[in-house]
Amino acid sequence: MSVVSADVLPSGPLAVPEAVGTGAAELGPKARLWPSMAAVYRAQLSRARVARIPLLFVATFQSVGILIMMRGVVDGGSHDARFVVAGSSVLVVAYVGLNLLAQYFGQLRGSGGLDHYATLPVPPAAVVLGAAGAYASFTVPGTALTAVFGCVLFGLPMGNIWILAAVIPLAGAALAGLGAALGLLAPRPELATLLGQLGMSAALLLGVLPADRMPDAVRFLRDLVPSTYGVEAFAQTFAAHPDWALVLGDLAVCAGVGVVSLAVAAWAYRRAAVR
Amino acid sequence: MCAVRGLSKTYPAVRGRRGAPGTPEVRATDDVTLDIRRGEIFGLLGPNGAGKSTLVRQLTGLMRPDAGSVEILGHDIVRHPERAARILAYLGQESSALDELTVSLAAETTARLRGLDLRDARAERDAVLDELGLTAIAGRALKKLSGGQRRLACVAAALVGERSLLVLDEPTTGMDPVARRAVWSAVDRRRAERGSTVLLVTHNVIEAETVLDRVAVLDQGKVIACDTPAGLKEQVAGEVRVELVWREKPPLDVPEVAALRDRAVESGRRWTLRLAPEEARVAVATVTGGAAFAALDDFTLATPSLEDVYLALGGNAQGLVKA
Repeated sequence: MSVVSADVLPSGPLAVPEAVGTGAAELGPKARLWPSMAAVYRAQLSRARVARIPLLFVATFQSVGILIMMRGVVDGGSHDARFVVAGSSVLVVAYVGLNLLAQYFGQLRGSGGLDHYATLPVPPAAVVLGAAGAYASFTVPGTALTAVFGCVLFGLPMGNIWILAAVIPLAGAALAGLGAALGLLAPRPELATLLGQLGMSAALLLGVLPADRMPDAVRFLRDLVPSTYGVEAFAQTFAAHPDWALVLGDLAVCAGVGVVSLAVAAWAYRRAAVR
Repeated sequence: MCAVRGLSKTYPAVRGRRGAPGTPEVRATDDVTLDIRRGEIFGLLGPNGAGKSTLVRQLTGLMRPDAGSVEILGHDIVRHPERAARILAYLGQESSALDELTVSLAAETTARLRGLDLRDARAERDAVLDELGLTAIAGRALKKLSGGQRRLACVAAALVGERSLLVLDEPTTGMDPVARRAVWSAVDRRRAERGSTVLLVTHNVIEAETVLDRVAVLDQGKVIACDTPAGLKEQVAGEVRVELVWREKPPLDVPEVAALRDRAVESGRRWTLRLAPEEARVAVATVTGGAAFAALDDFTLATPSLEDVYLALGGNAQGLVKA
């Protein structure tokens, strides 16, 4: 850069001739991963103030509605009831983390809003993780409320409900990662919306109903949906003597899917940002 | 400061589908060569679809050109597009990334993502909001603001944190005169105090004439002229623009008026003519005296503007704004 102070610039057009042979100018600072992730997370979280109803309430109403509906066909305290309650609770995570985040990134990409982030020196992972983290956080009140309401409605023990503290972040990572990846990979915003809806429908249909009555093909499909492992882990803890190894195993699958899908999402972001 | 050589980008043809006609291949930028000097306000002028935004997206590393090079402060932006974000600040036409944030958080988050620590980001945020007169609405979400205020908040986000090059794509769209003035004085201050360079995209000829040091005129992806506004206007210095507005119909029974019609660009009741000074004097004398005067509603005589330059250069000026 030619280092010319403002004082010596001519008063007319302020242009000065380029200094020759000074080499490349020093670049501005890069935003580091954690601070920029925190900034994105905080900004995204604040969106709940403006978009409170879709982000916080719709998913909860939907899950509570499903609980009430299923109460008519499933007996309280039964084995099936565990899956209904666990499935409805994790459905909140699927709705917000997968469906809404896929829509958000799809729209951001479609409208050119990604340009804002792409012209800031911020690591792709910070944008993806910050947004995914915020969307996972939006699910906390709804998931907890659904779980408590379900336990009361179906007469399930609430002693191990603390497991939600692990289920929400891990299922959240897996589903929000998937949502972000789908939203950023979809060539058109409508497709992102469609993929998000399909993912949520899969989580609903395959998560809320107990697996033992499903045909093999559907059960195989159920094993492919990451939310299943969150449901299994949570449902397991309603047992009198939960098999904690199984719970840990299921949660580990969520964590693994989360890591992979968030990595894919960060890659998709980089690809979507520069066209 | 910024050297662009032979920059080209072609959007491929889109095949028509049922109900939707296809679009042919478009050369959005066609062998563009430009030099932007340090500390100047450089403008890209042209109507919608002239290729201004495509050019800017290639300069900011958002789009890879098919051919050509972009060098900003010695950095090759085509090879290292990620470096652009550390040299320049970009204000795009879209605000969807910031829409649901408050004005204050939009500026602060952008500052943090530009690499500032929390304390500096907040200090910069407060300074910029104060400078642009946004402090009173700092706590409101962008979505809830009027178009001009929202645009101003986006300008605030673009200006927060120091950058050597500011790339602003139609920054004052929808703003009232007070807000426009605030933007231009904020831009000027950065240039005077920090030697910042500004690349401005506009289709507003009045704005171009008043704020730009130099301007490149774009038409269909090509740079058809590049000079100071005064230098460009000299190209058509031999002409005067005469505008005639008729009450109802032009009095074509007057032979002099009928003769003028061939040289006029008609739009409704308005005729625009570009004439040599002597011809203009005769034309005005004709329409202000005699039979034609009864049919005349209004007339103006003006020295050429950048719009006239644009027309003289063969551009299609219909998308240019004169306000």
